[in-house]
Amino acid sequence: MENKIVLSVNGLSVAFKMYGKGFARKELRVISNLNINVRKGEIIAVAGSSGSGKSLLAHAILGILPGNAVVSGEINYCGTPLTEPRLRKLRGKEIALVPQSVEYLDPLMKVGKQVSADKAAVKAAFERYKLADSAANLFPFQLSGGMMRRVLCATAVVGNAKLIIADEPTPGMSKDLAGRAMKHFRDLADAGAAVILITHDIDLALGYADRIAVFYAGTTVETALASDFTDDSLLRHPYTKALWRAMPGNGFRPTAGTQPYAGSLPEGCLFAPRCDKKTQECTYGIIEPREVRNGEVCCRYAS
Amino acid sequence: MLTAKSTVGIVGRMLILLVLISILAFMLVVNAPIDPLTSYIGAESTLSQDARDEIAEHWGLNKSAPERYLNWAKNILSGDFGMSITYKRPVISIIRERFSASIILMALAWMLSGILGFAIGIIAGLRRGGVFDRLVKLFCLVLQSSPTFWIGLLILSVFAVSLGWFPLGMAAPMGKLAAEVTLGDRIYHLILPTVTLTIVSIGKITLYTRQKVTEIMRSDFILFARARGLSTRKLVWQHVMRNISLPAVTLQFSSFSELFGGMALAETVFSYPGIGTATTAAALGGDVPLLLGISLISALFVFSGNLIANILYGVVDPRVKGGGNYV
Repeated sequence: MENKIVLSVNGLSVAFKMYGKGFARKELRVISNLNINVRKGEIIAVAGSSGSGKSLLAHAILGILPGNAVVSGEINYCGTPLTEPRLRKLRGKEIALVPQSVEYLDPLMKVGKQVSADKAAVKAAFERYKLADSAANLFPFQLSGGMMRRVLCATAVVGNAKLIIADEPTPGMSKDLAGRAMKHFRDLADAGAAVILITHDIDLALGYADRIAVFYAGTTVETALASDFTDDSLLRHPYTKALWRAMPGNGFRPTAGTQPYAGSLPEGCLFAPRCDKKTQECTYGIIEPREVRNGEVCCRYAS
Repeated sequence: MLTAKSTVGIVGRMLILLVLISILAFMLVVNAPIDPLTSYIGAESTLSQDARDEIAEHWGLNKSAPERYLNWAKNILSGDFGMSITYKRPVISIIRERFSASIILMALAWMLSGILGFAIGIIAGLRRGGVFDRLVKLFCLVLQSSPTFWIGLLILSVFAVSLGWFPLGMAAPMGKLAAEVTLGDRIYHLILPTVTLTIVSIGKITLYTRQKVTEIMRSDFILFARARGLSTRKLVWQHVMRNISLPAVTLQFSSFSELFGGMALAETVFSYPGIGTATTAAALGGDVPLLLGISLISALFVFSGNLIANILYGVVDPRVKGGGNYV
């Protein structure tokens, strides 16, 4: 764990400029005060429920948010700020995105060309994932689910990416197939890449990730070691504990209430309205992350 | 690709279409308030009733409508389109002569509107919401909703009457012998009708391309292409063009019917001697053989446009190519 930090995101907020009633413009905040970092050779899983803004985190790091997005906060890559000119050089080379489905490939372009313009690199990447050379000449619709998964993974290894962001790479896959996809990312991390794995399948992620960043209503409430997810006393944030208890193997107990939507976020701690430990202190200000037992947590009372 | 089975299907559908079109056109002309005999000999003619009956007898006008239709159909099958009452020449030779004049006009306007509309649509779509895009949208919507003949008259009054840059109409200078008409003359006379027809046809393709470009730019595969580091210029060349060319070309081919309709009106405004003016003359003169002939030819023209559009998809689109069942 002494490896260097490849990417660190501090206090990231993303909002969208929207038109409200009449001519009023408002900003809809979808990510707030998010902190995350990933080191060389590790997989950090960003786990959270659907609609919590996980994909937007990936898009924000890659600088591919739509034009009406307002981004604030710091994103550092290898110690220096990740500016737009820098991103332009790194995107698709040192920083790679592994998209979630076939929808992310041009339906009218052969997949080989979309993996990379460099034919030799495509060949090497395909070999790595046991794809026949001829697969490069197929169109996306001609690939099976498993082949597609491997082609998408190939896009990450083709440029020897140092940072790989995988956005929900496993939905709709059988447990076996999803496990194999995860294994690919584990191998990439073991070979020295830093991997951010965005997923809502925390169970699956636990088997392959080093750390888990728990995402709630557009922010990370806790970053815990994967090994912490063996008992809720090892976890730090009340939401993480609630999440753990809600998992089928651990009691299957739900917590009342729902995740707040962007536009109706509470002040202070975003989980406070559902938290049984909340006090007056939780309802204002920004809850800064702090180190607790080798993890990070955004809670005034975690110990 | 085209199989024997699908070819039979296409030909079968085409024949059914032609039969139905000819029956419909025949019924319309027969029930029109124009008496072919009167329009032939003139309303003021002093021809005796006996002579009139004789002509009617000769033309078969005294027979029942179905009988006349079947008679016409029988002749068509043997290649005889009949004689035009208006021009007093064989229908087939009139159609050949007029259609070749119109085809030039239509082909020019078709290509110009296609290329310009496609290019403008791409630029507007990429700059959605900008000043250029809004102007294009306004311009196209105005064009879409204004009648062809009105645009034709407007262009005629500005460029031919007020400015005097172009001739008022026809396909060649008046008073010049056919043998003396140069290619330059022909081109000079073609410009205004072509511009009119281009302007009339450009709105649809421009708006369509613009919409498609916006859709594609918002798609996931563009997002991923950006994430792979492609510049906007590369995105447009590699992904946007690839995904809109085929639907745009298809749209152009399937708009043959609008093109034909626009051509007929533009020709009438500019007195351009093409198939459009012949149609008007035939309709006003109750010229059944010519009108039916033109109906068949124009149906065939529109049908082939749609057919090309269908086949193109099958040949070019890899997703359809494998299927085979596209026509």
